[in-house]
Amino acid sequence: MAENKTIQTKKSHKDFRKGLDIFLFLLPAILLFVGILIAPIIVSVYRSFQDWNGFSEGTFIGFENYKELFTNGSIKWMVALKNALILAFFSVFVQLPISLLLALLLGRKYKGERFFLSVYFMPVLISTVVIGQLWLKIYNPDYGLLNTALDALHLSDFKHVWVGEVETALGSVIVPTVWQYIGYHMLLMYAGVKGVSPDLREAAMIDGATNWQVDRYVVIPIIKPVIRTSVIFAVTGSLKTYDLVRILTEGGPFQTTEVPSTLLENMLFLRNRYGMGSTISVMLILLCFAFSLAISAAFKEKD
Amino acid sequence: MQLEERYTLKKSNPAIKVLVYILLVIWAFINLFPIYFMFTFSLKSNEEIFGKNIIGLPKEWLWSNYVSAMKTGNMGLYFFNSVLVTVFSIAISIMAAMMATYALTRIKWKAAGFTNAFFMLGLTIPLQASIVPVYVVLSKLHWLNHYSTLIIPYSAFTLSMSILICTGFMVDIPYDLDEAARIDGCGLWGTFFRIIAPLLKPALSTIGIYAFLQCWNEFMFANVFISDSKHRTLPVGIKALSGQHTTDWGPIGAALVIATFPTLLVYIFLSRKIQDSFIAGAVKG
Repeated sequence: MAENKTIQTKKSHKDFRKGLDIFLFLLPAILLFVGILIAPIIVSVYRSFQDWNGFSEGTFIGFENYKELFTNGSIKWMVALKNALILAFFSVFVQLPISLLLALLLGRKYKGERFFLSVYFMPVLISTVVIGQLWLKIYNPDYGLLNTALDALHLSDFKHVWVGEVETALGSVIVPTVWQYIGYHMLLMYAGVKGVSPDLREAAMIDGATNWQVDRYVVIPIIKPVIRTSVIFAVTGSLKTYDLVRILTEGGPFQTTEVPSTLLENMLFLRNRYGMGSTISVMLILLCFAFSLAISAAFKEKD
Repeated sequence: MQLEERYTLKKSNPAIKVLVYILLVIWAFINLFPIYFMFTFSLKSNEEIFGKNIIGLPKEWLWSNYVSAMKTGNMGLYFFNSVLVTVFSIAISIMAAMMATYALTRIKWKAAGFTNAFFMLGLTIPLQASIVPVYVVLSKLHWLNHYSTLIIPYSAFTLSMSILICTGFMVDIPYDLDEAARIDGCGLWGTFFRIIAPLLKPALSTIGIYAFLQCWNEFMFANVFISDSKHRTLPVGIKALSGQHTTDWGPIGAALVIATFPTLLVYIFLSRKIQDSFIAGAVKG
């Protein structure tokens, strides 16, 4: 009887020791993860219901921030949201098709496949700030490559102050953004294409399918999960976009190129409206999750 | 017979093949040109950039652009800051991720799956989500404008991906090793430090590359959290420099090259490894 008890206490002691070890192994990760991500998000949600300038106590105002976000035109939320969605549209319907085309072509074992792949992926590695600066040099109204080229082609009528005019500013942001990440999605899709068994490809070829038919009816259905991932990344990436807007247009002219993240920064530094800033954060999280779920569901339905 | 047929099918359209090659080459040119442009205008005078010689190789190689980027633009300091922040962020992220992954994959306990899913939430959470509270807390603690102001959030934001990649490598290590170690009297910590961690070297480079690119290029946190010039990282430094030198393009070009060449250098030697780390990061994400 007594023996049994000592075995039990030994066992529970061992369990305790194991639990403690697990806890200690996880501790650094949990501290970082909860401290920098989870806790701040909970605080963001809480503060999004407050009128708060960041330093005083803050007063609870229910859904007023959310209401104001959508109804007060001077905050420019609808403009920012519209811009992010336009960018998402171009990402999904221009960027991804180009990526897919390149991935499929490179998957056909052309000579120099590795070289092309490596070159196409290069812009992804370069800081968006550097990319933005380079494009500023391209867009520069007086000495930029674009206007100089238009002059040389006797198309001076098409010259613009690209990032400074309301008509062209948003397009000037979208082009480099879409361009920079073509290589990223191409790489993911290429990895998928390479994962398609060569036997399948050959079997289809022997049956008389052309390269295009093989891609359309064999490869694309197999890499559908990769395409879904790419669509999710492209849309959530567009919602989160910040760097190129901050570098190229600063949200201008007349706040026509604001995106959610630049508004968020404005709320902190220009308006001292931390409650509203939190509301924008929360909206961003919700939008990212909602779009991810909706895209996953859309892909499932098609199957 | 069949082989011959396939041969004819593949060869049937040389025109399309040429067309595809032209397309691939044009696209390669579009991707290489900005980098070529950056390198050449970093060595030119305004006179050449603004008209005489816009896209050619520099006639006069103006290394003084680099000197002024280092001196008046402080790029040397920003480079050092970027290296420091990046190295510490990667080190912390890798250490925390390895320990956590060990507990999640190699010790049996009930909530391991749930805890792993919890960490994976980080893959979809946008950086923006935490910026307001983190900023307020940091400024109340007078903790803005330190290296750690960036290091801690960077390691937190790369953590989920590090755990994901680490898991992929760790489940491939045979579990017999743990048992053998236990029979030899190794505890959990001994097994981790002496057996598992040394076997994770290939994972380290994959995680390291991924985290390096995230931290080296990160702009939003650096722009919001760092306002004094002493602790600026390269992306913020470049933005400041371009604000000062709106008319003098050469030094800006030099600054862009200084910020980019470490990445390109690593890429030339490790292109495959870098691509693999991006694929590893996205397959499950």
